[in-house]
Amino acid sequence: MKKVLSSEITKAVRALCISAACNLEPDVAGALRTSLAREQSPLGRDVLSQIITNFEIADKESLPMCQDTGIAVFFIEVGRLVELDGSLEDAVNEGVRQGYKDGYLRKSVCHPLKRVNTGDNTPAIIHTTIVEGDRVKIKIAPKGAGSENMSALKMLKPAEGVNGIKAFVLDTVRSAGGNPCPPIVVGVGIGGSFEKSAILAKKALLRSIGSKHTDAEVAALEAELLKSINDLGIGPMGFGGVVTALAVHIETYPCHIASLPVAINIQCHAGRHKEAVL
Amino acid sequence: MTEPIRITLPLSDADVLSLKAGDKVLISGVMYTARDAAHKRLIELLDRGEKLPFDIKGQIVYYVGPTPAKPGAIIGSAGPTTSGRMDAYTPRLLDLGLKGMVGKGARSKEVLDAMNRNKAVYLAAVGGAAALIARSIKKAEIIAYEDLGPEAIRRLEVVDFPAIVVNDASGGDLFKQGVEKYRRVA
Ligand code: SF4
Repeated sequence: MKKVLSSEITKAVRALCISAACNLEPDVAGALRTSLAREQSPLGRDVLSQIITNFEIADKESLPMCQDTGIAVFFIEVGRLVELDGSLEDAVNEGVRQGYKDGYLRKSVCHPLKRVNTGDNTPAIIHTTIVEGDRVKIKIAPKGAGSENMSALKMLKPAEGVNGIKAFVLDTVRSAGGNPCPPIVVGVGIGGSFEKSAILAKKALLRSIGSKHTDAEVAALEAELLKSINDLGIGPMGFGGVVTALAVHIETYPCHIASLPVAINIQCHAGRHKEAVL
Repeated sequence: MTEPIRITLPLSDADVLSLKAGDKVLISGVMYTARDAAHKRLIELLDRGEKLPFDIKGQIVYYVGPTPAKPGAIIGSAGPTTSGRMDAYTPRLLDLGLKGMVGKGARSKEVLDAMNRNKAVYLAAVGGAAALIARSIKKAEIIAYEDLGPEAIRRLEVVDFPAIVVNDASGGDLFKQGVEKYRRVA
């Protein structure tokens, strides 16, 4: 067994919260930079230039790239040979508390009905899996509401098939328009159950931008959807243009013979994700 | 790309009428921040027949909830939030003389109608460009609802705040016009 201390987890989470908010990962930064040459609309190029300048300033001055520093979502893998000295959840929430305070990040979490702010951006959303090995891998994906609110889930009929999935994705992106701060990344979870499809869609957003699905058929669907989305003309911030999405990532899972759950999670251009391994 | 148009607040009818959907502008002067919770309270004030905490005539409301300012900084990162969440409240403020809103995303028909009848303009700032936009904010002061934290109403003094006209007072709509121009599907 390998001991991992709660204090180490808290420390790592604190650092992840701050760096995720301020330092855009190279995959997203690179995709935004290359999209500039592809955009045909002058106004769209102007928007992309502002987005690029913005994440450069944020990185250099350790400022949050966006004021919506999000609700903190974690995917954590715990090796089966790891021995923790306390509650994983408590350690992560303490890290969020410290990170959002010390990093001057916005506290954006409230009671769903009373709408009273919890004051420290907790509780975090934590998805945990037990894996082989003796490491703890912590992935953070803070999520702003602008793009999260444009997400959707639908239980399709199996007869609707791939065409039904395509129509659902295009409708969702079209009606979102400029709200989710395009250029966006579209995560699609196909299959599983009601909740599994949503988790798949979120996980799909964590993939490195432009990475293809290992199944050629799914990869082809990703490419086709990306093209169709960019043909919608929404463009950067919805002002019109050909760069609406930077990538479409699909994850699949077997489902019941009578159902076809499809979830779409939309990620804005502030595609924040970071990882630490203990 | 054409050069941006400089506008100074407060806005007159003539200022508003000179702006067209798609124009890039640089805004200077005083504007006020408000998001969902602050809007709700403003409308409750009006329902009780009380006065608003600032003079709304000719003003622009900026939909933003900034991050906390670091020590020595004027304000934290301060980009626009989704305007649609304020749609239910906006027509009432427009009828009282509000001349413009800065946010992101589309507005409802009710808001567009109220803009039309009151000669007002809706602008968008680049969502997520929050560290860049904050550079144009030279002074920030909470004037109401401090308990709302990021949602408190702030009086901002801005110089060359970058925005784009989305809906002008004569029905021009950048979201419609822009998308039509670049759409390659039926
Ligand atoms: S959608 Fe993303 S970029 Fe836009 S305001 Fe929200 S968090 Fe920021």
